[in-house]
Amino acid sequence: MNSPYIAATDADRAAMLERIGVGSVEELFSDIPASARFPVLDLPAPLSEMEAMRELEALAAKNLKASSSAWFLGAGAYYHFIPAVVPSLASRGEFLSAYTPYQPEVSQGTLQAIFEYQSMAASLLGMDVVNASHYDGATALAEAVLMAYNAAGGAAASATNVANAGSKARDRAILCADIHPEYKDVIRSYLSAYPVRLEETELPPEKAAALSDASTFCVIAGYPGFTGAIGDIGAAAGAAHAAGALLVVHADPIMCGLLKSPGELGADIVAAEGQSLGNPMSFGGPFLGMMGAKAGLVRRMPGRLVGQAKDAAGRRGFVLTLTAREQHIRREKAVSNICSNQGLAMLQTCIYLAAMGRSGLRAVAELCWNKAHYAASLVAAVPGFGVESGVFFEEFLVRTPIPAEELAERLSRRGVVPGLPLSRYFPERRHELLVCVTEMCTKDQIELLAKSLGEVSA
Amino acid sequence: MNLREEPLLFEISSPGRMCASLPDCDVPATPVPESLARSGLDLPELDELSLVRHFTRLSQKNFSIDTQFYPLGSCTMKYNPKVNDLAASLPGWRNIHPLAGEEFSQGALELIHSLQVWLCEIGGFAGGSLQPAAGAQGELAGVLIIRAYHASRADDRRRVILVPDSAHGTNPASCAMAGFAARTLPSDADGGVDMAALRAELGGAARDSIAGIMITNPNTLGLFDRNIEAIADAVHEAGGLVYGDGANMNALAGVLKPAEVGIDVMHYNLHKTFSTPHGGGGPGAGFVGVRPDLADFLPGPIAAKIGGSYSLAMPKRSIGRMKAFYGNFGILVRAYTYLRMLGAPGLRRVAETSVLNANYIKALVEGAYKIKYPRRCMHEFVAQGDLAEGVHTLDVAKRLIDYGFHPPTIYFPLIVPEALMIEPTETEAKETLDEFAAVLLKIAEEAREEPSLLLSAPTTTPVGRLDEVSAARNPTLCYRA
Repeated sequence: MNSPYIAATDADRAAMLERIGVGSVEELFSDIPASARFPVLDLPAPLSEMEAMRELEALAAKNLKASSSAWFLGAGAYYHFIPAVVPSLASRGEFLSAYTPYQPEVSQGTLQAIFEYQSMAASLLGMDVVNASHYDGATALAEAVLMAYNAAGGAAASATNVANAGSKARDRAILCADIHPEYKDVIRSYLSAYPVRLEETELPPEKAAALSDASTFCVIAGYPGFTGAIGDIGAAAGAAHAAGALLVVHADPIMCGLLKSPGELGADIVAAEGQSLGNPMSFGGPFLGMMGAKAGLVRRMPGRLVGQAKDAAGRRGFVLTLTAREQHIRREKAVSNICSNQGLAMLQTCIYLAAMGRSGLRAVAELCWNKAHYAASLVAAVPGFGVESGVFFEEFLVRTPIPAEELAERLSRRGVVPGLPLSRYFPERRHELLVCVTEMCTKDQIELLAKSLGEVSA
Repeated sequence: MNLREEPLLFEISSPGRMCASLPDCDVPATPVPESLARSGLDLPELDELSLVRHFTRLSQKNFSIDTQFYPLGSCTMKYNPKVNDLAASLPGWRNIHPLAGEEFSQGALELIHSLQVWLCEIGGFAGGSLQPAAGAQGELAGVLIIRAYHASRADDRRRVILVPDSAHGTNPASCAMAGFAARTLPSDADGGVDMAALRAELGGAARDSIAGIMITNPNTLGLFDRNIEAIADAVHEAGGLVYGDGANMNALAGVLKPAEVGIDVMHYNLHKTFSTPHGGGGPGAGFVGVRPDLADFLPGPIAAKIGGSYSLAMPKRSIGRMKAFYGNFGILVRAYTYLRMLGAPGLRRVAETSVLNANYIKALVEGAYKIKYPRRCMHEFVAQGDLAEGVHTLDVAKRLIDYGFHPPTIYFPLIVPEALMIEPTETEAKETLDEFAAVLLKIAEEAREEPSLLLSAPTTTPVGRLDEVSAARNPTLCYRA
């Protein structure tokens, strides 16, 4: 079968086989057990490019798009504006089809872009250092917890059956319950092999942190929490630090354009979902796990880091650095098994941050803030509805007179996606709806939301 | 290649410039409480053209598959078809939300389900999950499945996983994260797992401590371990499971179903075998497939088809979520497109040609370059770059750059001194392979006659060799004005 992706012609193959000294391509596979060699694969017959695109377009058309709806659903994936320059530049083949920049002389484009991303992200989050990214906000947060554990001298997971391992190490983490439920699941998956006591509490961050004691290595809080509430992160940092524990925060990076950064408030390690900074929702991935830390923790940090360097002629360049933390050097003693980063998503965020710049990111965050608060005031005025969140940014919790799932289904069919019914994660919380309002929502759409909520619940 | 120094974004920033075009606020403003408000934000300020030139110029400082041959061993730098990116950019994929509800996401769920089914079929697995975001995460999921399997049998003695000395570093690192000790197995003279060492591990007093083995086959020498069935049998007989690292699946898709030779759990890297772009470091995607009795442990959620509609389900005894939502979906769309256009005959042609191309380059350079394990290779082979006194693999790699080729993977696998690991992939034309081999031969000649050409390389790049030691000693990780 000929393929546009294979250049070798029959004549090429013949010439190459002759040079190798075998009679057929099949002969090259003689090491494969004969009984299992060349199985029949039950796959659909190949399609041409136009046929494949037709099939993909038909499949894609079965999904409900945010771009053709009034969209108020966030809960971990956010519908924000992406300037045309972002996909246009990031999709250049020289970025898209390059590998990890292990050969710095021929990877200065990727390396400098990572360095610029690290610089802008560190400034945004108020951290001394940000790495070249994790798979998503959830894994960044899970690895941040592991990093805090290691920094406190925690025992390796594989040492759990060694009698005295970690007997004096801090092994308790306090987890604020108001964090995305899927993120909490990921933290549990990542910690499942470690001798860590993960203690979940419904208390707000400042009160949760006050539970810290001499066995606590970190407190984990959302800024904001999953339900939109903004707690007192500064007080949480003070309480955690007083007990010798670290404060690990998961932050909304758009919000950091307007409100104090978690670093300014005292967080030691910050994880963030960077999808909202220039990456499409794309059904949940690829997203961007941002991770930042205070300078003293850098040698405990997982993931790739780019640093500035010089060549023999004194020219500035960039290299992957502090690699003695990583698996390809340290193998089982590495700080994490992570290898790849979310290179392209990170590049999109790098371009986005540069495009938005000092005033643009603040303007986006202000639009979100103003529109969300306007929406909250309208929804609160609809009979039977109430807004539950105190201080919030762009997402708030609404009490609904009829089950929120019913509301969401009926409104979605009318092209208004009102938010996340909390019952999706917590079956007993049937009358709560998490509403998200970004700069993409117009005044008309916000008013339509309030009107529609009233109509379907009347 | 663009050789001129490109200033940092911060160095071309000018107060008052902007690139963002945003609407005026159309709702009444709500003041931000002063106690919460941020005072300053240090981001650059650029106009749009300056921004476009900056990133375009940066891109021109990269080697990439679109511009250069990239024979990077174990990385499978094949051509990334453009239609895959076009497909992933359809608004019906880009602008859809993971929590919109199953009723409103049928197309996405059908795509995930089809891809799960096809990838299971390719490896001969009974069940699979597309949740892992990368190969390393697929490995972690895989070893957590092994852990859950033993725990389900109330067998808590098994704390050790055997890992051949030719393995990728992610293997032992994943073992460590999953609570296992990684014990290194030596390779034999043929480049495969040393069977005597394996039998000693499995036959000794510590037999009951072995949870399983992680095996890459073809291994990182590019050699297919002919003892694979015997290895799997021995591990199974000792009560362990066999993990297959699918980093080198490009040589096997359509050639061998790993499950049929005893692999119990395996990941494949969609960004290698299934042509999704490497993106300068990611995102990847790491399917994990398992034999029937392990399907309940898979990370979830996974897509299910019930009647004519698609839904998401968490396997009964799942090891849990590896990330939020359902994997790197945009990458899955690309892999789906690729598989849909190739089908079974195309996949087999890919594997055949990748192996043909590797053996061809090997035949052309053998002799000029030492090859520690000289038998027939699969999709890649490992040569050695210590060509003359004082000349090392690093120098060969850097000299290749001057000839316009991306270097092979170097100093890996660790069991071959001065390793040069060459993987051409199936997408390169014979002319390119000929040219590359000719350059390798030329470099071997230069190494003997004019080694300074190698030692001072590269000279055709924006920067020369960088002082990585100083960079790590006093790291500068952020721009400082």
